[in-house]
Amino acid sequence: MGYLLEGVQQGIGLLFSGNIETWSAIAVSLQASLLSITAALIIGAPAGFVLGYYEFPGRRQIRAVFDTLLALPTVVVGLVVYGFVSSRGPLGHMELLFTVSGIVVAQTILILPIVISLTASAIESLDMRLGNTLITLGASRRQIVLTSLYEAKIAVLTAAVTAYGRAISEVGVSMMIGGNIKWHTRTITTAIALESGKGNFAMGIALGLVLLTIAFTVNASLIILKKMSK
Amino acid sequence: MKSLRVCITAAIVITAVSFTVISCKREQGQVLNMATTTSTDNTGLLDYLKPIILSDTGINLHWVAVGTGRALELGKNCDVDILLVHAPAAEKKYIEAGYGIDRRKVMFNDFIIIGPKTDPAGIKGKSASGALSTIALKKAFFASRGDDSGTHKKELFLWKEAGISSPDKQPWYIQTGQGMINTINIANERNGYTLTDRATYIKYASTLNNNPPLIILVESDSTLKNQYSIITVNNVKCPKTNTALAKKFTDWIVSPKAQKLLGDYKLLGKQLYIPNAE
Repeated sequence: MGYLLEGVQQGIGLLFSGNIETWSAIAVSLQASLLSITAALIIGAPAGFVLGYYEFPGRRQIRAVFDTLLALPTVVVGLVVYGFVSSRGPLGHMELLFTVSGIVVAQTILILPIVISLTASAIESLDMRLGNTLITLGASRRQIVLTSLYEAKIAVLTAAVTAYGRAISEVGVSMMIGGNIKWHTRTITTAIALESGKGNFAMGIALGLVLLTIAFTVNASLIILKKMSK
Repeated sequence: MKSLRVCITAAIVITAVSFTVISCKREQGQVLNMATTTSTDNTGLLDYLKPIILSDTGINLHWVAVGTGRALELGKNCDVDILLVHAPAAEKKYIEAGYGIDRRKVMFNDFIIIGPKTDPAGIKGKSASGALSTIALKKAFFASRGDDSGTHKKELFLWKEAGISSPDKQPWYIQTGQGMINTINIANERNGYTLTDRATYIKYASTLNNNPPLIILVESDSTLKNQYSIITVNNVKCPKTNTALAKKFTDWIVSPKAQKLLGDYKLLGKQLYIPNAE
């Protein structure tokens, strides 16, 4: 029990003391998760739009596949990506193993289904008349995509927050692909795994609080954005 | 579209800031990638050596700490340049299969069998294999790493020595699949026994104000020796690995200076490793 309280105290201390090791892990976590969410949105939002907007043969089956991939375990993504980026793997020459870029690639794969699936749902729930109205007004294809996504912005934003939460909190991918190398690929979650492995439970709790603080900051800024956009 | 634009700008700013924070740490020296066992990392040994290695050899040591089984696998897949591991039998097979070269002894410490103060099975003072056969006979709880780590390999060897084939499916035999400290904690929760390296035990005891519920019951048995060796990944199989740098590191760690540093390393006032390079 004692370590919980001790952890809360240490966590507050860590955030404000400017502990360089902690901040390095925070920076790596932020960098990897922000780059992966950006990549996932760039690929996933248009893909989700297509799945939610157009009727074409096989659409339902593809949606079912992405809905299933929502349950993709992080270690499986880690294992598959490791197979590809290991020196002996087909992409070994890109030297992605034990780098932040490698983590970004794997995290993008992990969260892409979330973005695609939730964006598709958001577009499906839009008023059907919107598309027709846009067409009669002579909108270009690009304008239709952007306006539809804009109209569904709150739901797309929720998809982004959910996906971001998964990226920053996952440990399987960061551990297997990043390797938890101090100063380079150590993220907050792999640091927590390491500290609990060392028996420093209080430190683990402290880092957990740091992670929650970041998640809270992200969510709070989104709430403000939502209010501003109304 | 205003909110979208704000959102994107915010993301770019935060990413830029985090990039700057990262690039502030200047990269010095040549990077040598090492796969090693969790114990050398958890005890802080590598953190202690890293700056000295850099100033002596110009090597910037990067390491991933995994079980010995996985470390050897990373070497097979050419993902690292060098290995620091502790499972002599598996290492010899690894060398014979042509995956590694230039294996040198670095240091040793020992394994111990720990258990509850009350010692329900009565193993105190027995030999290692004697203790294990008593545990099996009394069906006392035993927590095994079960993760193909060096410690797990040693434990399996000790069961063999005790003449017990494999307690794999016994209800009293718990395979945790986790690191050493977690396994010790599980042994403690179940009031059972486990095999651990001494360094991790010292670290564990220190987190409990040196009054841990599990105490050392079996030690100083010759079969409990824990030898650490360094192996260079064979560049015939892995042309991209940096063999020259690995050689430089190997020469350094077996040098009298480094060997003295290893012997001097203390955790909470206790010596953890005994250097024995030849």
